[in-house]
Amino acid sequence: MNLLEKLDAAAAARKSLLPDGVGAFGIPIEEVYSATEARIGDRRVLLLGTNNYLGLTFAPECIQAAHEALDKEGTGTTGSRMANGSYFGHRALEREFADFYQCSGGIVFTTGYQANLGTISGLVGPGDTVLIDGDSHASIYDGCILSGADIVRFRHNDVADMEKRLRRLGERVETTLIIAEGIYSMLGDQAPLAEIIELKNKYRCILLLDEAHSLGVLGETGQGLVEKTGLLKAVDFITGTFSKSLCSIGGFCVSNHPQLEQLRYVSHPYIFTASPSPATIASTRAALELLRKGSHLRTQLWKNCTQLYTQLKETGYQLGPDPGPVIAAILDTPQQALLMWRSLLEHNIYVNLILPPAAPEGKSLVRCSVNAAHTPEQIKYVGDTFAKLYNLVKS
Amino acid sequence: MSETDYDQIVQLLCDRLADLSKTSEESISPETNLITQLSIDSIKLLGLIMEIEDAFDISIPINALTDIQTVHELAELVHKIKSAS
Repeated sequence: MNLLEKLDAAAAARKSLLPDGVGAFGIPIEEVYSATEARIGDRRVLLLGTNNYLGLTFAPECIQAAHEALDKEGTGTTGSRMANGSYFGHRALEREFADFYQCSGGIVFTTGYQANLGTISGLVGPGDTVLIDGDSHASIYDGCILSGADIVRFRHNDVADMEKRLRRLGERVETTLIIAEGIYSMLGDQAPLAEIIELKNKYRCILLLDEAHSLGVLGETGQGLVEKTGLLKAVDFITGTFSKSLCSIGGFCVSNHPQLEQLRYVSHPYIFTASPSPATIASTRAALELLRKGSHLRTQLWKNCTQLYTQLKETGYQLGPDPGPVIAAILDTPQQALLMWRSLLEHNIYVNLILPPAAPEGKSLVRCSVNAAHTPEQIKYVGDTFAKLYNLVKS
Repeated sequence: MSETDYDQIVQLLCDRLADLSKTSEESISPETNLITQLSIDSIKLLGLIMEIEDAFDISIPINALTDIQTVHELAELVHKIKSAS
């Protein structure tokens, strides 16, 4: 089989799951009306498949900041942070993230994906070990592969399994990086951070926590799981993304370890790419300010999460263990998930369809992402529609 | 590690692979290709690796699996790691 034939085989496998070419992946959104509504084809749909957790995509403060930066600094930096791409705004945002997390330093990356790629591949290399949760995001897996370190997985959120694997590493724990996530993107559950930190201290490893989905969502000021658990100081490195609660694109890493600065000189995903555009940086700075003061947004978000999680649970859907902004209905087959996804769209609700191998344990998911801008009526309509469609997937 | 240990590894792999691929254990030999003959996808393989790690109390880095195609190659990798531990 040549290279092109291999791609044909992969395309045939995809078509066998999506026989009539339904555009479940990369569906075109024609117009966006607000943080909760858009047009897909000729349908005005409710958006339940975005990561816009605080509903800030149309926040006037962010839009104005982006406009001003565009007018003053142009459309792009046209260069790497290492060369001509470090503007005042990039450095200011790094200081603001460091301040937000009470850390001595921070680095801004061009995407959240690159934040993990760049941080992980900067921290570990061949001969070192990364110990990662089995349900880790692809950016974590890819960062580990890029690093050349040995990759060992522990069973998802299973601390006893994690300790078993730490023990087996023997003296190699000295150069082991443990990686966990504040909220996992597939089922919306949270890492058992206190127990992980206990093991990290016992075995003297370094811990990186990815707060991509938990930034803005957990904790009084929205720092994430570190704030909710009161364990901020015990985590060595925190990464996150701008593309969820902060409603732009980019990523960051903060730490109290002075060695963080060295990443700027060894991390290819930081060096060999153009830096975020001035408008992106400006809107992110404005959004971070809103996020920090946004306890009212988090209150509304959690009301919405609890309302939908409770209704789906009562209907009989199998869900992840914790209520949260990521609420995934776990279905047995890709066909069930596709049918549910399509039926929801026919009822003018857009959610995410997740099929194997992206979903854990060979399951398929219909994943809702709730945000603070959803009204109780919108959430009720979604819950009622799921209830109406339950017979489609009832086993 | 003795020859018997290698045989034990192969035996365990055949047993688990038969279960995962829903095929008879007799039809699996050391030369059997995990992907083309047993349709073991990446998710199943990663699950299998965790089981082997627990069975032999070893760590198998998943990046060591890149070149593994056959039951024999996987058994040899496990054998090598177990011998070094």
